[in-house]
Amino acid sequence: MRPDRTPATLVAILAALALGGLVLPQWLLFILTIACAQGLVVLGLSLLLRAGLVSFGQALFYCIGAYTAGALSRAFGVSDLLAQMLAGTAAAAAVAFVLGFLLARYRGIFFGLLSLALSMIFYGLIVKSETLGSTDGFNLAKATLLGVRPDEAWVRYAVLLAAACLTLLAALLTHRFLRTPLGRLGPAIKDNEIRVEYMGASVRYAIHVNYVIAAALAGAGGALAATTVGHIDPEMAYWTTSGEFVFIAILAGSGSVIAPFLGALIFGAIHTTAYDLSPNTWQMSMGVALLAAIVFLPDGLWSLFTRLRAAGAGPK
Amino acid sequence: MSPILDAQGLNKAFGAVTAAQAVSAAIERDSVVGLIGTNGAGKTTFINMITGYLKPDSGSIRYEGRDITALPPRDISRLGICRSFQIPQLYSSLTVRENMLTALGIMLHNAGRGGFLSFGRPDVPGHDAPAEEAADRILARFGLSEHRDKNAQVLPGGMRKLLDIALTMAARPRVLLLDEPTSGVSAEEKFGIMELIMQAVKAEGATVIFVEHDMEVVSRFAGRVLAFYDGRIIADAPPEAVLKDAEVRRYVVGTLHA
Repeated sequence: MRPDRTPATLVAILAALALGGLVLPQWLLFILTIACAQGLVVLGLSLLLRAGLVSFGQALFYCIGAYTAGALSRAFGVSDLLAQMLAGTAAAAAVAFVLGFLLARYRGIFFGLLSLALSMIFYGLIVKSETLGSTDGFNLAKATLLGVRPDEAWVRYAVLLAAACLTLLAALLTHRFLRTPLGRLGPAIKDNEIRVEYMGASVRYAIHVNYVIAAALAGAGGALAATTVGHIDPEMAYWTTSGEFVFIAILAGSGSVIAPFLGALIFGAIHTTAYDLSPNTWQMSMGVALLAAIVFLPDGLWSLFTRLRAAGAGPK
Repeated sequence: MSPILDAQGLNKAFGAVTAAQAVSAAIERDSVVGLIGTNGAGKTTFINMITGYLKPDSGSIRYEGRDITALPPRDISRLGICRSFQIPQLYSSLTVRENMLTALGIMLHNAGRGGFLSFGRPDVPGHDAPAEEAADRILARFGLSEHRDKNAQVLPGGMRKLLDIALTMAARPRVLLLDEPTSGVSAEEKFGIMELIMQAVKAEGATVIFVEHDMEVVSRFAGRVLAFYDGRIIADAPPEAVLKDAEVRRYVVGTLHA
């Protein structure tokens, strides 16, 4: 069997971020942190994709994570990044646990549209809520890390480092889950659900577990994004936000827990460049990028690495 | 000795079509039972009811004395009643070995082993070996070792059949239901494949119920034959007696060899 190089690669990426972050410009630190946040959501999305399920409503949990962090900051004055991310994770997981009883019964387009509908219901609720700032949302207090408020010049670096450590932890845990018998069931469910049931496993249970993990990851990502940007609004639950996550997932491809973060980073880069070059037609540039990804890399960016590795191994 | 499987008075209708009509059969432990009959006679419906895919409209199915009539397929499979499929049901995007590992993984999961917090390589219950070794052992027994890294999708028909049956063996079945194990396999290969299957099954010590259209295969491997016609069992005896039965000759064998 091939040795498992993912944990080592993840740690190496963290080390590179820790060192590189010292010299990188502030705006890039911001983009990297947002890539961590979006990557977490997409990592969850990819768990569902493995089982053949496309969620068009993952922004629901992203937004729940963000508003949980916001509520902590606003109502209780808790601005610690770790506490906010943990709370966002827990809130999203709890909601997904309940919704999962419904969602795990559906497949294909029904799963996709039902998840979309739920996110739009949540969007509708917060838009109507004066306490939550309605369409304007509200600002969050500046982040602290384990009770310490970093110096203004270092705050972006410190948040990135903390975020990267927590993201690393989440990616490692997910990687571990994917190597358990339950985690391995995803592709089998996608291929042949009836056979899985006939072998003695509950497909609904497996999907429910994946759904809750995906939501937990999205909640963590939402809380991180909220703290990093310092502002939250209902757009975070809007269907276009869910669409962006699906975009990144397709761009990234599956096959490794690292892929979603790479995808999110490339997405951020395309987005920033497109917006910079042409503020009025950036959506068009994004569309072209997605089109190119689907046509030239149908299995996503990650397939470049797997192809390289296969070429390196030589013919057998 | 009490039968391992006891079906009594099973009825099943799909609208106006009667797929099972007062079907009763007690299956003895370690026996090999052949099910014959034309298409639509009710053989697969019988298997589907025993494995929980279809719930009979009335009647009961008992396994080791326990009523399993209302259980879903996964619970019946966990009890040790497993089936293979007429059209192989594989995980087509996975390799042959990954197919086996998925099946063995489910065994581990159901036994509470190999979870998130368990490190190392736990033994698969009933196999006394970690999943990788158990997978290779089963694949070897079914002559699939050299294909283990191939995608299940690209296997030739006979191999797909064998993998389908090998997957059921991962669950350590006490009762194995094989739905047309040799259909889609060339005439020359039939006996070889059946021989391979029966050897593997005997090594595990399971009761076998198999659906088969080839009467030579039936006479050679079955100790008892149930002949189905129009949702009913019209004969239940050793193969030589059943194949001589006038009704069977008229409705089953006659039509097959016409």
